[in-house]
Amino acid sequence: MADYIWLIPVFPAVGFIINGLLGKKTSRTFVAWVACLSIFLSFLVSAAIFYEFLHLPPASRIFEKDIFDWITSGEFSVPIGFRIDALSVIMCLVVTGVGFLIHVYSAGYMHDDAGFARYFTYLNLFVFMMLLLVTGNNLLLMFVGWEGVGLCSYLLIGFWYEKDSASNAGKKAFIVNRIGDFGFLLGIFLLFVSLGSHGVWTLKFSEIQPHAHLLSASVVTLITLLFFVGATGKSAQIPLYVWLPDAMEGPTPVSSLIHAATMVTAGVYMIARLNFLYSMAPDTMFVVALIGALTAMFAASIGFAQYDIKRVLAYSTISQLGFMFVAVGVGAYAAGIFHLMTHAFFKGLLFLGAGSVMHAMSGELDMRNMGGLRKKIPITYVTFFIACLAIAGIPGFSGFFSKDEILWKAFSSGNMVVWLIAAITAGMTAFYMFRLLLSTFHGQCRASEEVKHHIHESPKIMTVPLMILAFLSLVGGYVGVPHILGGENRFEKFLEPVFGPAGHTASASAWNLDFISKAWAGEGAAHNASSELNLMILSVVIAFIGIYIAYLFYIKKPDLPKQFVEKFSGFYHTVHHKYFVDEIYFTLFVRSLLGIGRFLLRVVDERIIDGMVNGTGHLMRGIGSIIRRIETGYVQGYAFGMILGAIIVVGYLIWIG
Amino acid sequence: MLSDVPYNLYFALSGILFTIGAIGAITRRNAIIVFMCIELMLNAVNLAFIAGGNMLSSMDGTIFVFFIMTVAAVEAAVGLAIFVMIFRLKQTINLDEINLLKG
Repeated sequence: MADYIWLIPVFPAVGFIINGLLGKKTSRTFVAWVACLSIFLSFLVSAAIFYEFLHLPPASRIFEKDIFDWITSGEFSVPIGFRIDALSVIMCLVVTGVGFLIHVYSAGYMHDDAGFARYFTYLNLFVFMMLLLVTGNNLLLMFVGWEGVGLCSYLLIGFWYEKDSASNAGKKAFIVNRIGDFGFLLGIFLLFVSLGSHGVWTLKFSEIQPHAHLLSASVVTLITLLFFVGATGKSAQIPLYVWLPDAMEGPTPVSSLIHAATMVTAGVYMIARLNFLYSMAPDTMFVVALIGALTAMFAASIGFAQYDIKRVLAYSTISQLGFMFVAVGVGAYAAGIFHLMTHAFFKGLLFLGAGSVMHAMSGELDMRNMGGLRKKIPITYVTFFIACLAIAGIPGFSGFFSKDEILWKAFSSGNMVVWLIAAITAGMTAFYMFRLLLSTFHGQCRASEEVKHHIHESPKIMTVPLMILAFLSLVGGYVGVPHILGGENRFEKFLEPVFGPAGHTASASAWNLDFISKAWAGEGAAHNASSELNLMILSVVIAFIGIYIAYLFYIKKPDLPKQFVEKFSGFYHTVHHKYFVDEIYFTLFVRSLLGIGRFLLRVVDERIIDGMVNGTGHLMRGIGSIIRRIETGYVQGYAFGMILGAIIVVGYLIWIG
Repeated sequence: MLSDVPYNLYFALSGILFTIGAIGAITRRNAIIVFMCIELMLNAVNLAFIAGGNMLSSMDGTIFVFFIMTVAAVEAAVGLAIFVMIFRLKQTINLDEINLLKG
């Protein structure tokens, strides 16, 4: 099987080429089949590798194959090579599995769109790039994928480019990502140079890892921080999260696949992939965990005051990505990847559900104009409900296992501040998700009569992927049932070859409130077990409180939100406008950059550069206007000149003798 | 017979003829006359070539003269044709009025 791993990214690439070249000339059915089939074949290969891994001893669960040398310079060479290990096979399964379902859904959702072939071409390209990102065996190839998914994200956000808001959102996403990518690139350079100064010229993961000990602590901290800058861009964390809510301008399945399930998790994957570097830099780890926790809470609070269902889901995605960063920040890489997987299921489902709601409501996005859809679109409702339960962390659903794993790991690592923020955010998550669910599907229908008349369930091609994802959201967590609940946490065990033995989390750094965690959690193993259970109960209680408040606000006493808004109108206003972050960024960065740009245009370009070019022209013209007076046009004048010249020359020759 | 006359006189005559031709070519306004002056200059040169060739007992001068006469004939043909065309165009061959090359 090891020889065939390159097939995983190649299938979508082939689909991209076929659809890109022939898409316009062939039928929609053909395009949809090519697109879906190419992803499905990738999925089959990934599944086959996964199956083979299960039958191999953990230590040999790694396939690596270099196809050819890409860049060679002296001792240094970068191959086009792929590496499949426990981590990348899970990523491949998530990307191709969820990707396939979303492709199928898209075939229904986008059916009447004029850019059908273009859409699937971009989507296949995206999956190709994403698979390149997760299967590349060196940092440079990973960076190619990293940039590639950014490009596809831009293309798909601005898919309806005739809409100003969509093309602006695409540009915003691209530029904000570029800032992060710059950090990522600097990180690669720094890593390359610092390893090179020890005589190790390489960017391959398998060669960086054994030589990582050569690097000094401060250099590793700087490298990992630079990589994290890249992650904040791609995975929408503070301070570079601003592009993700706007990315909802794209088609809804795109939001589902790219801006919820796969691309935005690239940062988490990258940190997990470079876990050996991050584990060497406890300071960076703390920054990662803190940023993750702050983002989680910040985004969740914005989610309270949004009315656009896709925007609520976007902020929820940012918040959940924060959770993943909390996990990798406290050294619980497996928990982070676990949450990444379950999140891909339920968030993918939520977005597809939102798409189905839009489909039913003739494109309506504002949930103030919804309500009571439960009876009219039952399949969407049930699947949406399951996803809400999963994201809220209700026991038995996938989100419960992964989120609790993260909370427990944050707690046991001693990052009390981080844990506290994350735990509160878990309750906030439950609240805003049920706010969304209740105001969309329950209560009175507030839609206009015309829209109401058209409400209908989506076709099978859309509902079947919903049901499959709902099933996965329901059972996806059972691969990682923690020991405390009688499970074996197979997920974590499967990832052990990549992340090292479980339970070995990062040591608490100097800033952590270590003493509190010791006082609370105790130090004995037995004590740990009971506190893990206590924490679990606590987080479930928090989730139920969140749900109850949502029930109180939006079903029982629908007047409460209004009173609340009136009472705290200033605060509400701030939250509703996303804490004015966009406006602050605009004033601080965009405007000053525009000022610099204007300066460069008006002064440097128009005055200096144009001045030099035009000045040369003016000079020549001036000289010409003087010299041309010689050219009278009279033939005899010229003849006179010739004779005069001849006389001078001859005279001179005679004179010098 | 040729050797009876000193060569200096031939060259002097050639120089006088050339100067007359050159002054005529520069000062006259009628294109035909300018043309004739140019012919005069060419023939002055021819005379100098012949005299030189004889003086040095070489055929080179004579050969040059053949070439110059050929070129002069060709020039006369082409030049007159051009003047005819110019006359048709402008109804004049006064060189003062033909200054299209003015910069």
